[in-house]
Parts: sequence; structure tokens; C-alpha cells
Amino acid sequence: MVYLDYSATTPVNLEVLKSFNKVVTTYPGNANSLHELGRKSFDLMEASSLQIANLLNVKKEEVIFTSGASEANNLAIIGTILKYKNRGKHILTTKLEHSSVLETVEYLKEFGIEVEYLNILENGLVDLDDLKRKIKKTTILVSISHVNSEVGTLQDVNKIGEILKNYPTIIFHVDGTQAVGKIKVNLENIDLYSLSAHKIYGLKGVGCLIKKKHIELTPLIHGGKSQSLYRSGTPCVALYASFAKALKLALNDLEEKYQHVLKLNERIKKELETMKNIHINSNLNCIPHILNISIDGIKPETMLRAMSESEIYISTKTACSNSKDFSLSVYEVTKNLEYAKSSLRISLSYLTTDEEITYFLKVFKEKIKELSFLKGE
Amino acid sequence: MDRVILIKYGELTTKKGNRKLFIKTLYFNILKKLKDFDVNIFKDMSRMYIEFNSEDLDIILKKIGEIFGIHSFLIAYKTNSDISSIKNTIKEVLSSNIDLEDLSTFKVETKRSDKNFPIDSLKCNHVFGGYILENFPNLKVDVHKPKNLIHIEIRKDYSYVYLNEYKGLGGYPVGTLGKGMLMLSGGIDSPVAGYLAIKRGIKLDLVYFEAIPHTSLEAREKVIRLAKKLAIYGGKMRLIIVPFTKLQEAIYKNVDGNYSITIMRRMMYRIMEKLTLRFKSLVIVNGESIGQVASQTLTSMRVINNVTNMPIIRPVACFDKLEIIDISKKIGTYDISILPYEDCCTVFVPRHPIINPNLKHCEELESKFAYENLIEEILANLKVITINEEVENKYEDIL
Repeated sequence: MVYLDYSATTPVNLEVLKSFNKVVTTYPGNANSLHELGRKSFDLMEASSLQIANLLNVKKEEVIFTSGASEANNLAIIGTILKYKNRGKHILTTKLEHSSVLETVEYLKEFGIEVEYLNILENGLVDLDDLKRKIKKTTILVSISHVNSEVGTLQDVNKIGEILKNYPTIIFHVDGTQAVGKIKVNLENIDLYSLSAHKIYGLKGVGCLIKKKHIELTPLIHGGKSQSLYRSGTPCVALYASFAKALKLALNDLEEKYQHVLKLNERIKKELETMKNIHINSNLNCIPHILNISIDGIKPETMLRAMSESEIYISTKTACSNSKDFSLSVYEVTKNLEYAKSSLRISLSYLTTDEEITYFLKVFKEKIKELSFLKGE
Repeated sequence: MDRVILIKYGELTTKKGNRKLFIKTLYFNILKKLKDFDVNIFKDMSRMYIEFNSEDLDIILKKIGEIFGIHSFLIAYKTNSDISSIKNTIKEVLSSNIDLEDLSTFKVETKRSDKNFPIDSLKCNHVFGGYILENFPNLKVDVHKPKNLIHIEIRKDYSYVYLNEYKGLGGYPVGTLGKGMLMLSGGIDSPVAGYLAIKRGIKLDLVYFEAIPHTSLEAREKVIRLAKKLAIYGGKMRLIIVPFTKLQEAIYKNVDGNYSITIMRRMMYRIMEKLTLRFKSLVIVNGESIGQVASQTLTSMRVINNVTNMPIIRPVACFDKLEIIDISKKIGTYDISILPYEDCCTVFVPRHPIINPNLKHCEELESKFAYENLIEEILANLKVITINEEVENKYEDIL
């Protein structure tokens, strides 16, 4: 099997699983209980928050555990709107966002929230002049993904954050799901930051929202204080601890892992560039972990299934995206509908080996040859 | 290049008679603080030198910054005591520490404790300064406000070259002044009082009055966390947990509400006196600050203090609340102290605690119930916990 869909999800690191198992069996207390067992769970939960906070250079109180990045994005956006709607009702975002951002802001339109999308430049980056132009007195939230999940475009969120510093009433949310664990992140200029454990070799079902101290949110899930005022429910301390562990492991040797992935990415690109019916949608502003391509004349789903027959797993669009006909992200970056309709995503990991890439390239070329009759050649 | 951490002693250098004891205590304090590291420590009457593994440097510097009795410390480059070796070391030090592309200024300051060295300090400044001017064209001399102060210490066996000094915490080495007992609540003031007492060389034991079930386990944990913070500065300490519930309930039942806090504080002092004798402490230390609450007016202090002859040190007595908060933030206790768990001073608080209590009236109230027995019972049921500096990897196997 060759798994090349790491941006959809990652295999769990066994060390992370070990932590989870250990906590499940040895910390049975409810972290909200006042007795000894409860206090032990609470203490471990606090230590987990602290570790995550330290790794991301934020404060312990700024970590809000959620069920994952989708919930974190929902909490960030809806929570901000509910809290600060008196200041204004205008949101700025991009069409490069994950569906948990796009569909949330679209949903909010029903409640009179005004949503505008920022221009994306040819290089895939957010048009900063357009951002400055579109900011209004009523703008309360800007939401931009750190790394786009389909094409891999890395936005300069630091710079955007700096610009937004001039507008103290605007809250800046960044979806960091695809960035954390792949590149170094700096949250200094960011108010809200979403992340997910299962993208960094952790378990599914846990993530967090980093919420800077000066920001307040209205919770989506009410029920009193548990781990945080902003998200009620009995804390699953085992998930939180496993998340803290996963993050620590993911950030180890970040640079070496990055260089490894970069080498693999360049190797694939070099090979694909020689094939005339392939267009590479990911450009130099993309992280090497995500390589988005379009194949002229072959439906992406067909190619995906063909590769799957040989136990090679890649993806079309993202697993979550529901725009049925074409990839919004690829279209935004390439402005080419054909590319957007036929895009495939190959996503790499530090776990990916040279041999896997050799096998992938061999099979990929064979399949293209087999399927080329579809183009009527 | 050989590097050592050089430590300059604090105020202790002025105290001639006790000097040996102070240096020895500081030496053991440093040894304990750095027990997890592979270090060699050498001491003489004016300096201490620590050899270390360079990968541990940052954390060792942080730890030395938490030790009382140190005036300043620095990373010194060790070299042979001859002019050409010193010159070579200066060159290496400057190359690895200063951005030589930038224009900058310097001054050389030589200390020559080896009087057999061929040239005197002043001449050394000239010789080495001249050498720097020749070899580093971007560096100019500025004797008034140099950006880089280059220190050279010439000793008999080795010489040292160094640039910047880090400021130490000052104070006396912990333990040199004997032992005290800190009344530690969960509030902001008492940890700061403890820190200041530690600063003056007092080795502390901690006393926490607990009234379970009226106070919570969280409150105890909070106190333990505060104690761990204090242990960063004061070393290993004992935390004595005083089961205060029955006595406090008795006060509540027997004493007219307005006087209950006054009587409670008097009971605490009675217990403290017995504890200092049992645990061999010389003084009581607490976080009382004049005028802050009803029991801390001068009248209250006098009436409360009346139950004991034991000296009571109140390091923050004359500090404003904001000054106390500043220190608590600096030592990392503030964030813990503001956690909202009640301690025994805040349960059963009367609506109008008396601010000018009358001693006679206190004695009358106390004669109404047999508190002596309750105190005896308390002293028979103490719980003692050993507190070590906060260990960060408590969950090493999980996180």
C-alpha cells in the first residue's frame, strides 16, 4: 500500500495511542469532579493544555479543546459573530477556505451577516490591497487559512495579522489545520487559530482553538465551565493528553522532516513536468506536503479509482469538500475551470519513502497510458 | 574553547566573619540546584567557577538566576595566563559574540590578581586594547559608554576573558540565617513574604491551615503549587498541613461574629508558636500587610500578636498591594494565587469583622471554650508533605 493522502488524515503515531490508552485506563475520574480522582484528571488536563500552549508559544488559558478543526472553525466564526455582532456584521474570507469555514459563513448569511471574499492573486496569495480595500467599519472578522488544504498555498498570515493590527476591532481567525506540524507557525499576530490532532498523527475527534486572552467568544455548546468556559461537556482527558503528545512529536525535527518532504515533492514534480497532459496546480507558494495536479482529459475520480486498484491512495479535491463539479481552491489559484474540474491531490509525509514514490510514479504513468483512450486518442 | 560560568558573590562579601559559612552554603545550594547536570564546581574566597556541557548552558544559566547570594554571573572563556594566549582568546571571544560587520565601541577592563604577571592592569588595558584595535577595524575605543565591555581577569593558574554579566538575585545564600516558618495561605501576599524571607537567607518550612470540608482539595493543591514555586528559590521544604476544622468550627459556635477573625488569628499564632518549637524554627514569617484587612490594622496586630513572644517577620508589612503583586508576578505565584478557591481565612467571614479589637474582650471570649484541647488535637494530627521544586515532566510517560 502506498498512502499519499496525508492531508486528509494521518496514521496515528503509536506513542500517541499509548498515551491515550494509559490515560483512559488510569485516569477514570471526571475532570470536573472535586474529589481526588477528579482532581487527578483535572491536573493532567491542565498539564496537557500547558504543553500545547508551550509548544505554540501561547498561554495555557488560551487553549480550548474541541472535537477537531471543523468545530474549532465553527466556534471561532459563530462565537465571534455572536459576541461582537453589535460592532458590525461584515466578514472577510477567501474561497481557499475549508468547507467548515465556507459553509459556516454562508450559513450566517441567513442571519443577516455580510460575507465578502478576498481576491486571490495569480501566485495564489491573498491580495493584500484588496483586503485593505474591502475592510469596512462594520468588519468584525477576517478568516484565512494558513495553508490551503487542496493546493497547499501558504499564506503570509503574519503580514496579514500586521495589517489587521491597524484595525483593533477586527478579529483575525486562521485555520491552521494543514500548517501545524508541517511548517513553523508563529501565532503572534493571530487572534484565533484552529488545529486538529488527526492531521499530525494524533487521534480523530480532538483538536483545539487557540483563543487569545483579549478575545471573548460566545460558546456554541453551553453547559457551564468544564475544560473551558467556551466549550462545555465532560472533558475527554485521554484525547487531550494524546493531542498534547501528538503535537510534541509532530514538532520534533520539523526542519529535517520538511526537507525530506521537499525532496520527494521535487522528485515527483520533475517527473510529472515531462508529461505533456499534466498540469501542476501547486506553485512555489505551496508547501511541499501538498501537490495538486490536473490531468488533461481524465476524470479525477476515474484516476483515483484506478490508482486505488493498485493500492495507491490519493484524493480528488478534499475529503470534506462538497462543491460537486469542480475544486473552488484550484479554480481560485489557477482561474482555469478545466484544471479545477480535473484536479488530484497527492499529499506527502515525512513517513513517505523514496521507494513509495518510485512505485507511485511507475503506476501513475501506466494508468495514464491505460486511460488515455478516454481522450479519444 | 574552554568556557566556565563565573559566579560573583553577593552581599556576603561584606560580612567578614561569616564568609566561609556563606560561601560553603552557596556552594551546596548551587550543587543541589544543578544536581541533574554534569557540572564541576570550584570555589575560592572571591569567585565560583562552574564547568558545564555546552548543550545545558541555557538551562543552567536560568537555574543560577534563581539562586540567592549571587551578585552576578557570566560566561567566561578560560585561557592560560600569558599575553599571547589571552590575545588569542580575546580574538575568539569577539569573533563568536559580536557582529563584526557593525561599527561598535569597546573598553578593556583588566583585573590582575596575580601580581607576578609581567605587566600591571593599566598596561594590560593598553596592550589588549591595542591588539583589538589592530585586529578589529570596526571597533573603536570608548571609555565612557562602551557597547562592549571586555573583561580580563588575570589569575595565577588561568585567566578569564568575558563580555557581559548577568545580574544575580542578590540576597544571602538560603540557610545561612537559620530557619523560619511561613504561614502560607492561597493568597497573593504570603508567597511573596516567603520569597522575601528566603532572599534574606532564611530556610523556610511552610504551614497551611486547612478546614476541610469547608475548604476544598483544590485549595490545598493550590497551596502545594505555590509551595513548589517557592521551592525554586528556597530549595526543598516541608509543608505542614494543620487540620484547623474543629477549632474553626468551635470559634464559629462560641465567638461573637465580629471577633471571630481576631480570635482565629490568635489561635493560629498559638499553633505557630508550638510548631516553631517542634520544627526548630527561630521565627514566624507571614504575609500581613498593614491595613489591608481588618485583622491587619495596627490595633488588630497588637491584640493578635499578644498571644506569643515568638518574633514575627512580616516582609510585606509596608508594601502596597501593587508592589506585592509585581513581585508575585515576577516569581510566578500570581497566576496561581488568583485562582478562586477559598482558604480557611475566607470561610466563616463575619459581615463586619472588628478593626479595633479589645484585648480583654478577646480573652473573655476565649475563656468560654476549651481551645487548648483542640490545639493539642490539631498538633497530634499534622500532615507533613515534602515539597520539591516543580518538576516539569511529571507526566513524562503520557505527555
